[in-house]
Amino acid sequence: MKRVACFAIALAVAFPVAAQKKYDPGASDTEIRIGNTNPYSGPASAYGTIGKSIAAYFKMLNEQGGINGRKVSFISYDDGYSPPKTVEMARKLVEQDQVLFMFQTLGTPSNTAIHKYMNMKKVPQMHVATGATKWNDPKNYPWTMGWQPNYQSEARAYAAHILKTKPNAKIGVLYQNDDYGKDYLKGFHDGLGGKKSMIVKEVSYEVSDPTVDSQILQLQASGADVFFNITTPKFAAQAIRKAYDIGWKPVHYLNNVSNSVGSVLTPAGLEKSVGIISSAYIKDATDSRWANDKAIAQWREFMSKYYPEGNQADVFNVYGYSVASTIAQVLRQCGDNLTRENVMRQAASMKGWRPETLLPGITISTSADDFAPIQQVQLERFNGKQWELFGEVLGGR
Amino acid sequence: MKRNLLVLGILILAACVLPFVVSNYRTFQLTLVLVYAIALLGLNILTGYNGQISLGHGAFYALGAYCAAILIDKAGVPYWATLPAAGAACFVAGFLFGLPALRLEGLYLALATFALGVAMPQLLKYHQLEKWTGGVQGIVIPKPDAPWGLPLNADQWLYFFTLAVTLVMFLLGWNLLRGRVGRALTAIRDHAIAAEAMGVDNALYKSLAFGVSALYTGVAGALSAIAVQFVAPDSFNIFVSIVFLVGIVIGGLASISGALYGALFIQFIPNIADDISTAAPWAIFGVFLIGFVYLMPTGVAGAVRLLLAKRRSAP
Repeated sequence: MKRVACFAIALAVAFPVAAQKKYDPGASDTEIRIGNTNPYSGPASAYGTIGKSIAAYFKMLNEQGGINGRKVSFISYDDGYSPPKTVEMARKLVEQDQVLFMFQTLGTPSNTAIHKYMNMKKVPQMHVATGATKWNDPKNYPWTMGWQPNYQSEARAYAAHILKTKPNAKIGVLYQNDDYGKDYLKGFHDGLGGKKSMIVKEVSYEVSDPTVDSQILQLQASGADVFFNITTPKFAAQAIRKAYDIGWKPVHYLNNVSNSVGSVLTPAGLEKSVGIISSAYIKDATDSRWANDKAIAQWREFMSKYYPEGNQADVFNVYGYSVASTIAQVLRQCGDNLTRENVMRQAASMKGWRPETLLPGITISTSADDFAPIQQVQLERFNGKQWELFGEVLGGR
Repeated sequence: MKRNLLVLGILILAACVLPFVVSNYRTFQLTLVLVYAIALLGLNILTGYNGQISLGHGAFYALGAYCAAILIDKAGVPYWATLPAAGAACFVAGFLFGLPALRLEGLYLALATFALGVAMPQLLKYHQLEKWTGGVQGIVIPKPDAPWGLPLNADQWLYFFTLAVTLVMFLLGWNLLRGRVGRALTAIRDHAIAAEAMGVDNALYKSLAFGVSALYTGVAGALSAIAVQFVAPDSFNIFVSIVFLVGIVIGGLASISGALYGALFIQFIPNIADDISTAAPWAIFGVFLIGFVYLMPTGVAGAVRLLLAKRRSAP
């Protein structure tokens, strides 16, 4: 009898432990399967390096023993930036490869194409690689989450800075007439709040327009002394050059989409770009201020060991490393409860955790009704050679 | 003849059983194969039978897809009713495009259609049309469920729906091409002046070929929109047009069954290439392409025909 009691107690003690191990398809005692689509070919193949750096990150992680003893299998397919192909590949990953969840699928149209499907199937569409604001909609799409600061958060940060430093500014806005431009514009309006009347002129352009010269002239004529430049790289370069050439010298805010020194400021003219304000949230490995940074040194070591063919000047590789370390943290938090629901719950309960490759002070915080992990940015000013960060971390909560 | 019918019957039967033995994902892929087969048959009518090269059929495919998506999304039209509408719109567009294209021969026509193909994604982004097309964001459409309480899931139902449309389209195509019209089209391809001398109205037939070809491709586009549940300009880049051309050449020019072989090729070979090498899938695809062209110079359909003829002549 005593024996039986002992056994019963032992069982009672052991059973909850066993019961805590919960798995959905794609997870087991030894493995976690993660699916991904990336444009390794086609018009957006420059982004393909993100998928490759993420794969390299998991290779490193597996060599170090994996996550809670489980190896990560990262299955990534090429979708060529074509939405129908993304749908096909997502279905393959979910239905045939049986992944636990999808991670970092890249592109706004590609993610739109699988948005409903993923939510219908109740398979997490984690940390999508696009800046659109619509991914933060936990009520209607509880299985989808973004990662990077979305366009609206970024625009709100500029608005806050203008309100603080130039409360009587007359603002002129140039924006691309599509969802991306309007997303920024909405965030900017929201950020100005009751002071929306500070905007004296808003002009738009089409992607098909040859130049934005006439728009810049209109903005100058409006008497604006602050310029918010919501343009993609080619038009950003034109706007910077034209404004300088006609002698219009507003305080110039340039969206993060176009703050590449190589492909925007250099063609526009570095001397014409002095003083432009933009924003960043991730450490740029080419920035001399991070030359002795511990996290960047670790990243360089990772790059040369696991992704030697990758370009260390490419900020996308820092991006891939950072976002992969975020999902690794989510999975660590999941422990032995690797259900899709728990992955979503853990991703939605991060409180101030940060990968060290983000700028100092920027953290990841989420909650059940906040699916926008990074909402902070830091402003930076161009000094003629490189971007210089200034001020405190802005935006977010 | 009897034997052919028997083979056809077995094939259709197999096609009906297939979705019950493979996964939903495979069923979805097979649906896409059928969709491509219709599009390829359309292009084959123009290029294979009539000898007019088109590098821009992706544009008609996009037009059909957008017709279906806009009708479903904005007008609430049931999905099945969008097919005739998409077909009609593409027939008119194809016929009208065919009229000026009459003056262009061979490579010049290829260039003109290429222009249409590359222009299409940008036209779809045009902001005046945005309230219908959804601009760069495209249109998301719901997936149809099986009607009349049929015990099929959405993927299986869509497969059977597509299969039925495919059979009808192939039957109509076969009927069109085996008779007077088919002979007129091939006569124009082989010797335009001789055809004219025989009393064939070259201008009319060539424009009609363009229209009918666009109709087929448009219906396929509409079906693809329903199957994928999403249309966006990025879905219809110039690559779609090139892939269609690859499909009809690999499948077999001027052959009805070739459309099906070509569809299987363009659906599955890129995936196989991706499985073999993720580093250079298109290089592998190229190897497959060269291999097929080298081993089967008249397309898969031609090779099959040859094989059957050999077996029949053997004692």
